[in-house]
Amino acid sequence: MTQALHLLADASGDVPYIGAVVVLVLIGIFFGVLLYVGSRVFAVDVDPRIDQIADALSGANCGACGYGGCRAYAEAVVLKGAATNLCAPGGDETCAAVAKIMGVEAEAAEPKVAVVHCKGTRERAASRGSYRGVADCRAAVVPGAGGGEKVCPHGCLGLGTCVAACPFGALVMGPDGLPMVIEQLCTGCGRCVEACPRGIISLHPKSQQTFVLCSSHLKGKAQKEACTIGCIGCRRCVKACPAEAITVTSFRASIDDEKCTNCGTCVEVCPQGIIWSFEKARASYKKPDPKAASACAT
Amino acid sequence: MATHVRKFHGGVHPVDPEKARTRSLAIEDIPAPERVVLALQQHIGAPAKAVVKKGDAVKRGQPVAEAGGFVSVPIHSPVSGKVVEVGTCRHVLGMDVPAVVVENDGEYTNADGVGEAVPGADELTPEEIKNRIRDAGLCGMGGAGFPTHVKLSPPPDKPVDALILNGAECEPALSADHRVMLESAEGVLKGVAYLRRVLERDGKLPATYIGIEDNKPDAIEAMKHARLNVDVECEIVPLHVRYPQGAEKQLIYALLGREVPPQSQRGLPMDVGVVVQNVGTAFAVHEAIDLGTPLIGRVLTIAGDAVGKPANLRVAVGTPVPGLLESRDVAPDAARVIFGGPMMGIAQYTSDLPVTKTTSGILVERGPIEQRFDPCIRCGRCVEVCPMQLVPTRLSVLAEARMYDEMAEWGVIDCIECGCCSYTCPANRPIVHQVKLGKWLLAQAQKKARAQQEKEKQGKGGAA
Repeated sequence: MTQALHLLADASGDVPYIGAVVVLVLIGIFFGVLLYVGSRVFAVDVDPRIDQIADALSGANCGACGYGGCRAYAEAVVLKGAATNLCAPGGDETCAAVAKIMGVEAEAAEPKVAVVHCKGTRERAASRGSYRGVADCRAAVVPGAGGGEKVCPHGCLGLGTCVAACPFGALVMGPDGLPMVIEQLCTGCGRCVEACPRGIISLHPKSQQTFVLCSSHLKGKAQKEACTIGCIGCRRCVKACPAEAITVTSFRASIDDEKCTNCGTCVEVCPQGIIWSFEKARASYKKPDPKAASACAT
Repeated sequence: MATHVRKFHGGVHPVDPEKARTRSLAIEDIPAPERVVLALQQHIGAPAKAVVKKGDAVKRGQPVAEAGGFVSVPIHSPVSGKVVEVGTCRHVLGMDVPAVVVENDGEYTNADGVGEAVPGADELTPEEIKNRIRDAGLCGMGGAGFPTHVKLSPPPDKPVDALILNGAECEPALSADHRVMLESAEGVLKGVAYLRRVLERDGKLPATYIGIEDNKPDAIEAMKHARLNVDVECEIVPLHVRYPQGAEKQLIYALLGREVPPQSQRGLPMDVGVVVQNVGTAFAVHEAIDLGTPLIGRVLTIAGDAVGKPANLRVAVGTPVPGLLESRDVAPDAARVIFGGPMMGIAQYTSDLPVTKTTSGILVERGPIEQRFDPCIRCGRCVEVCPMQLVPTRLSVLAEARMYDEMAEWGVIDCIECGCCSYTCPANRPIVHQVKLGKWLLAQAQKKARAQQEKEKQGKGGAA
């Protein structure tokens, strides 16, 4: 071998480095072949659809599908046969893309939005003191922290854990101390639902427009003392509902999204005014007068 | 002999103008109110189960609730009268717990055996004493409320050779234990004698130490004096004045040099052969056996800068607190009520809670309390004072960043929530609250994981 190299060097004559180039090329070819053989012999079969689906998903890693991130969901779709329409942030487009990759028909999943079931603003809900701990709703319900400022044990704590949890910026803390959902940004991933220690946020289909915006199970008198707008479980809505969509369990009404026709009868009869129609609220919403706003600012 | 009296690591020396006001106040007996509210969760462990219903007549010392498990104790009525309600009341930790409300008929008719010494108290076997303690509803009276009979039942593989009586009372402002030692020293020692007999093993009584912080020289004297009259072999040890000297793990280390494994290893004093009892508990043992009275009353301190007339009171368990504060000249600008001491006590939204077996003090303070949290400047003072040798600064910063899993790696579970870090923090950071949040979230996550596992197991079982 050395002899051959010497010969090579001699032969190259005027170009002294040619020997080194040849040696490096030979080494390169040797390892190239080795790698090629290795990759063939030890190849792992990966379904290309996993990569395709992972690319098609929104990439938010929000966990709304119930899996630990987008890639995990993609694997679940291909390997475990998970449903193709679970990507809430991606919406219809993504679902269709995933279904196409899998070669199945796209099942339309109605997009969902988060709804905060509490309207106990500072004016409406009775206060029992001031909370001075860590600004996190969960910190306020830790044993020993007392459970927040409101008398109502089910009301929104207003410390913004849901706002911090939202990966899409779809929740903002309103001036009245209650979080507001920006429906255009909400993808229905459910992070806020998980974060809320009071469990007052839930997901509803986008077409659903009528909600009982109270989560309190307090009885009539206690409820009236705790909040001017809380559900007292009087069952008037139950009787009035033509679609039989409302039930009252432990002094709190709830509407079955599937049965509700959004007719608005319950909104009319509720003596506490806690059943809201978002449709009507939008219709009656007036943009604030810019003149009035500027007057305020000065 | 406690040969290696030493200091525990860290600790603080809180400013304490209140103790000077309360230490010299003799215990006043307060008659039971017209209505007593007996919470059924006054101890650590399973809540007691009500055994009476609305309308039932009860006598003084009669159980209204039975133990809900091994780690649980019964609850007795401190008055005779009628049960007017079986409902709920507010717990010091903020939740509603079941409660029995008894209307006092003012007669104080004793139930059978109450108010009489247990016959043949000197011949009782350890097991009989222990049962007696359990039936009297005794739980630790220092604050946590761990059922006493459970502490006295070490498993056979954990032999106990030392009994420590905790008379440190390191919490500022409180002097209930101090007064009990001063005024009922003999009773405390008689209780100690029973505790020693329960812990007797192979004919050997446990070495007994009574630890008292040396800012209470009169209590040390009183206990030494009482030892002349009561035949109990024990050593009365003056301790450094340093908070949290009365914390179980710190007390054991200071007295015996033994280190209790931390909470993350589920360490208990019995792992190092020690049982620690509060002096108030020892006195309650004496009352339960020598006087036949179950745990229906306790001594507590009312103090705080908004209290005009602080006091040490002996009150019936179940006494609503607002009534106790009425005659104490509370300033109208009082801003907060704390149950317990200023370091570990729990601030309440309302004073409308009943006294429980663990209420060692009630503080009423002026406010408003300025509470602006600043960023951590990594000065390390909290690290210096942490008696568990944790790194509170790290825990606090991690909590702020919502990295709760990492908090577990930094030993958040081992924290005893004594509050030294928050006390010493120049940035006024709520470190203990952050730790409590971290612990709670970890517990929630574990619970969820367990539920998930169960579900999967069941799913598999169903499929098979």
